Amino acid sequence: MRILIVGYGMVGHRCASVLSELAAQRAAGDEPVSITVLSKEARPAYDRVHLTALFNGSTDADLTYDDPPGVEVVLGEEAVALDLAARIVTGAGGSTYAYDALVLATGSRPFVPPVPGHDLPGCFVYRTVEDVDAIKAYAAGRRVGAVVGGGLLGLEAAGALTSLGLDTHVIEFAPRLMPLQVDDAGGMALRQRISELGVTVHSGTRTEAVHAGEDGAAAEMLLAAGHDPSDQRTLPVEMVVFAAGVRPWDTIGREFGLALGERGGIKVDAHCLTSDPHVYAVGECAMAMDGRVYGLVAPGYSMAETAARHILAGDSKPFLGADLSTKLKLMGVDVASFGDAFGTTAGARTTLYSDESQGLYKKLVVTEDGRLLGGILVGDASAYDVLKPLAGTDTPLPADPIRLLLPPSDGEAVTLGVGSLPDSATICSCHNVSKGSLLEAVQEDGCATVGDLKRCTKAGTGCGSCIPMLGKLLDAAGVEQSTALCPHFAQTRSELYEIVLVRRIGTFAQLVAEHGVEGADVEGCEICKPAVASILASLSGRLGGPKHILSGEQAALQDTNDHFLANLQKNGSYSVVPRIPGGEITPEKLIVIGEVARDFGLYTKITGGQRIDLFGARVEQLPAIWRRLVDAGFESGHAYGKSLRTVKSCVGSEWCRYGVQESVAMAIELELRYRGLRSPHKIKAAVSGCARECAEAQGKDIGVIATENGWNLYVAGNGGFSPRHADLFAKDLSRQELIRAIDRFLMFYIRTAERLERTSVWIERIEGGLEHVRDVVLNDSLGLGAELEALMDAHVGSYTDEWRAAIEDPETLRRFVSFVNAPDTPDPSIEFTTERGQIKPLLTIGRRADRTDDVKDLVSAG
Amino acid sequence: MIKQIPVCRYEQLIPGRGVAVLLPDGSQAAVFRTAKDELYAVGNLDPATGAYVISRGLTGSRGGMPTVASPMLKHVYELASGRCVDGPAGPDPAHRLPTYPVLREAETVYVLEDPAIPRDGNAFVLDDAGAAAGDA
Ligand SMILES: Cc1cc2nc3c(=O)[nH]c(=O)nc-3n(C[C@H](O)[C@H](O)[C@H](O)COP(=O)(O)OP(=O)(O)OC[C@H]3O[C@@H](n4cnc5c(N)ncnc54)[C@H](O)[C@@H]3O)c2cc1C
Ligand code: FES
Ligand code: FES
Repeated sequence: MRILIVGYGMVGHRCASVLSELAAQRAAGDEPVSITVLSKEARPAYDRVHLTALFNGSTDADLTYDDPPGVEVVLGEEAVALDLAARIVTGAGGSTYAYDALVLATGSRPFVPPVPGHDLPGCFVYRTVEDVDAIKAYAAGRRVGAVVGGGLLGLEAAGALTSLGLDTHVIEFAPRLMPLQVDDAGGMALRQRISELGVTVHSGTRTEAVHAGEDGAAAEMLLAAGHDPSDQRTLPVEMVVFAAGVRPWDTIGREFGLALGERGGIKVDAHCLTSDPHVYAVGECAMAMDGRVYGLVAPGYSMAETAARHILAGDSKPFLGADLSTKLKLMGVDVASFGDAFGTTAGARTTLYSDESQGLYKKLVVTEDGRLLGGILVGDASAYDVLKPLAGTDTPLPADPIRLLLPPSDGEAVTLGVGSLPDSATICSCHNVSKGSLLEAVQEDGCATVGDLKRCTKAGTGCGSCIPMLGKLLDAAGVEQSTALCPHFAQTRSELYEIVLVRRIGTFAQLVAEHGVEGADVEGCEICKPAVASILASLSGRLGGPKHILSGEQAALQDTNDHFLANLQKNGSYSVVPRIPGGEITPEKLIVIGEVARDFGLYTKITGGQRIDLFGARVEQLPAIWRRLVDAGFESGHAYGKSLRTVKSCVGSEWCRYGVQESVAMAIELELRYRGLRSPHKIKAAVSGCARECAEAQGKDIGVIATENGWNLYVAGNGGFSPRHADLFAKDLSRQELIRAIDRFLMFYIRTAERLERTSVWIERIEGGLEHVRDVVLNDSLGLGAELEALMDAHVGSYTDEWRAAIEDPETLRRFVSFVNAPDTPDPSIEFTTERGQIKPLLTIGRRADRTDDVKDLVSAG
Repeated sequence: MIKQIPVCRYEQLIPGRGVAVLLPDGSQAAVFRTAKDELYAVGNLDPATGAYVISRGLTGSRGGMPTVASPMLKHVYELASGRCVDGPAGPDPAHRLPTYPVLREAETVYVLEDPAIPRDGNAFVLDDAGAAAGDA
C-alpha cells in the first residue's frame, strides 16, 4: 500500500508518525506499506507553534522534528497537480507520485488584506522559519515596526518585534485584542498588560494603505477609525508584519475536483475522507464535519490520528469537531478561554473578577443551577487546568464562583484541586483521556509516575500541556512520587553530588556499593551511569587530579556521545564540531575546516552556536579527523554531552559602531574558562556588546550584556520547546565580579540541580527561586562562596583537551573501529545520497547489508 | 552448520560496554561484556530507527536482568532475550533484537551463528538463554 502525504507541517508530521508506528506493528504477512511525504518547505517539519522562540535565542534545530522511522521525506517538493482517477500526484519539477491513499495536509497560508502597498519591501508575513529570518534581517538597525492583526498570530508577531528591540504597534480592526478568544473587558485587561510591555495598541482601526518612502520601502501606514476621511491618520513605520489571519491552503483540492466548503477548506467526513474515497484532508486545510476549519494544532492532531488509523488500522475514532479552548502565553501574559466563553447559552449567568491595577480579568459562565459552562482568564490562567475539565459537565461547582476567581491571598478564596473534578472530566484533550480512566490506571494498573500514566493511557503525549495535571492527580490519589534517580539509587542527583563531594568517592562501583539501594546491581543502568559519570567529571579536579573521561571505569559510564567524543547522528555516523571560542576564527583555520570536510566527504552546516558542524564521519574516521584538527590548533568542541556548549558573541566595540565593551574577548575568556565543565544538562552562554543584544544573550543559561559601566549578567534563559527569557541577575559588574558571579552560579547549579534539569527549570523549582540563588551567589548567604569558587578553579586547572588525549592514547584509539573483528572494514550500513550538493544519510528500516561476498573473507581473516 | 566466528580477545572488551561484530552473511551483532563479566550477543540493528548502533548503547540492569539501552531513542533491550522492556512509550513487543550464543575459549571470544535459523523476524533464543549466552 502506497501512502502519500502532501504537506509536512505539524499535522502532516503527526500523520506520518502515526502511520509509521502503525506500519511497524503490522504482521509479517500483511501487505507492505510505503509512506512518502512531500514538503513544499525545503526543511524538515518543525514546531510552528513555537516559532516566536526563534527570536529568543532558539535555533531552528531546536524546533525541528525528527523524521519518523521508515518514512521517505521529499523536501522542497510542491505538489502542483492531482489526478484523482489515475491516483497520481505531480510535483513542481515534474516528478510523479502514485498513491493508494493520499493525505492532504497543506495547512494554511497567511491572509494579507489587499490594501495598497501591502507588497512593498519591508512588508512581511509570519508563518515559516524563512519569514522569521527575513524579519530578523530586515529589522536590524530599524526602530519602529507595526503588526496588522491583534489576534493570536498578531500578538505572537508583536512579541517577536519587541524582542528585536523595535517600538511595536499593533493594529486591530475589531474593538479589542484577541476578539475570538476574549470579550471586551478581557481585551482591555490584555491591552493594559501588553501596553506595559511597550506595545502601542490601535484597536477599532483599519489599515488603509502602506506608503513607500524615498527608498521605495514601507515608511508609513495610513490608518482609519471610521469611514470619514477626517478619521484617517498616518503612522510612521519602518516595517510591517501582516498577521491578520490565515486561509486554508486548499488550492490542490480546488483545482483538481475535490469538494470544498463555501468559505474554503477541503470538505471531509468523520474519517477525514474528502469527496474522493482515496483522498483524506487533515489540519488547517480541511473543513471538518461541523463546517469548521480549525486553526489550532490540537484538532489537527486529532484529525491526523483519525485519518492514519482509518488508512492502516481500520479502527479510527471519528472526528466530529473539536473544542476551541485555549490557554496561551503571549508576551508573558496568560490568556485562556474555554467552553461557552461568551455566555451564549440560554439562561447563562456570569461572574466577574477584575483588578485593573494588576491587569487581571477573570470570568466564569455558569447555568442557573450552578454548573460551569465556560470562562475567560486574562493575566492569571492558573485555574484553567481544573476549570476547563469541569465546563460542560453536570457536576455543580464546589463553591460560589466568585470565590474561585479571587486571588489566593484573599481569605475568601477557594482553590480547586484536581480532587474536585468529576471522573468524567477530560484531563488530556489531545487523547481524550478522562480523570476516571487515569485513576483506573493508577488503581488497577499500578501507574505510579507521570511516565507510567503516559505509557498506559497516552495522556500527556500530545501537546504536553496536561502533564502538570497528571502529577497533581497522582498526588491527589495519594501516590507518593519517588524522587529516586533510578532503580539503583534512592537519592536524587543533587544528593548523590553531595555524597561524592563530601565522601570523596571516586568510582561508580564504590558509590553503588556504599550508597545504592540495598542489593543494587553493580551494573547500574543508562540513567544512573551517565549521571554519576557527570558528577565524577565535574568534581574530577577535586577528586584527585585530571582524569580523562574515558579512562578506567569511567569509559563504561559515558553516553555514546561522550564515549566517542562526538555527536551520534541518525544513521550511526557522528558529527564533529571543532571549538571556535566566541565564534572568532582565522581564515587559515576556516580553510582547515573546509579541507577536512572536503577530504573526509563530510556534510557541513553552520550551527546556531557560531560553530561549524561536520556530519557523516564513521567511528574509524574520527581519530584521523581530530588529528588534522588538533594539528591545526583546534580542540574538541563539546557539542555532545551535558556540558558547556558555546559562548556566542556579537562583534562588539572593536568593530561595531554601537558597541560599548569588547564582547568577543569576553566570550572567548568565558568559553575557555568553562569548556569541558560537566553539568546536569547542557549550558549555553552568550555575550552582547551593547543593549541591542545581537548575541541573543537573554535566551541563554548565562547571558552577558555590555553596559557603559561594565556588564549585566542574565541567568536561566532558554530557547527550545519552552522558551524562557533570562532573568537580570546583577548589573554593571566589573570583569572580575562577573567571572566570580558566573563561577559561583554555575557551581551552585551543578551542585543542586536534578538530572536533565536546565537552569531555567532549576531556578523555578529550587526553593526561594531567583532571589535565593542571587543571595547565595552575590551575598554568600550560605557561606558557600569560597568553596564554589575553589571547585571551579579546580575544574579550570585540570581541563585537558579530550580529543588530543584520546588520539595520543593507543588503548583508547583501538576502540575507534566499526567492527572489532574487521578493524579495516567501514560499516557498510552507513550510506549516503546527495542533496543540494552535499551528502545526506540513506536509511531504510530493517535493511540488511547484502554484501555477503565482500565481507566473508574479511571476517574469516579476523 | 553452526559457525563459530571469532570476535576478539577477551581483554579487549571493556566491562559495561559493547563492540560491533561483522558476521559472514553481512549482518551485524553487538557483543557485550557486563560489569559482572558476563558475555552476551544481540543484533546490532536498532529496530526502532534502522541504524546499526546497539553495540554503542549503555548496559545496565532492569529487575536483575542485564540490558542495553539503544543510544538512538533509548529503547531498553534485555540482553538475554532481546525483548524490548522499556522505551519512550514503554515496553514494545514489536521491537525485538535477535540474540546469539557467545562463548569464550581460552582468551578468544566467539559468536555462534547458525545460518539455518532466520534472524530477520522474531528473536532466536536458545532454550536456556542465560546459560548459553553467559560466560559460564
Ligand atoms: C506564530 C504562530 C503561533 C501559533 N501559535 C499557536 C498556538 O499557540 N496554539 C495552536 O494551537 N496553534 C498555534 N498556531 C497555529 C498552528 O501552527 C497551526 O494550527 C498548525 O501548524 C497547523 O498545522 P498544519 O500541518 O495543518 O499546517 P502547516 O503547519 O501550515 O503545514 C502545512 C505545510 O504544507 C506545505 N504545503 C502547502 N501546500 C503544499 C503543496 N502543494 N505541496 C507540498 N507541500 C505543501 C506548507 O508549505 C506547510 O509546510 C500558531 C501559528 C503560528 C504561525
Ligand atoms: S492535552 Fe495535549 S497531551 Fe494532554
Ligand atoms: S555591539 Fe551591540 S549587540 Fe553587539
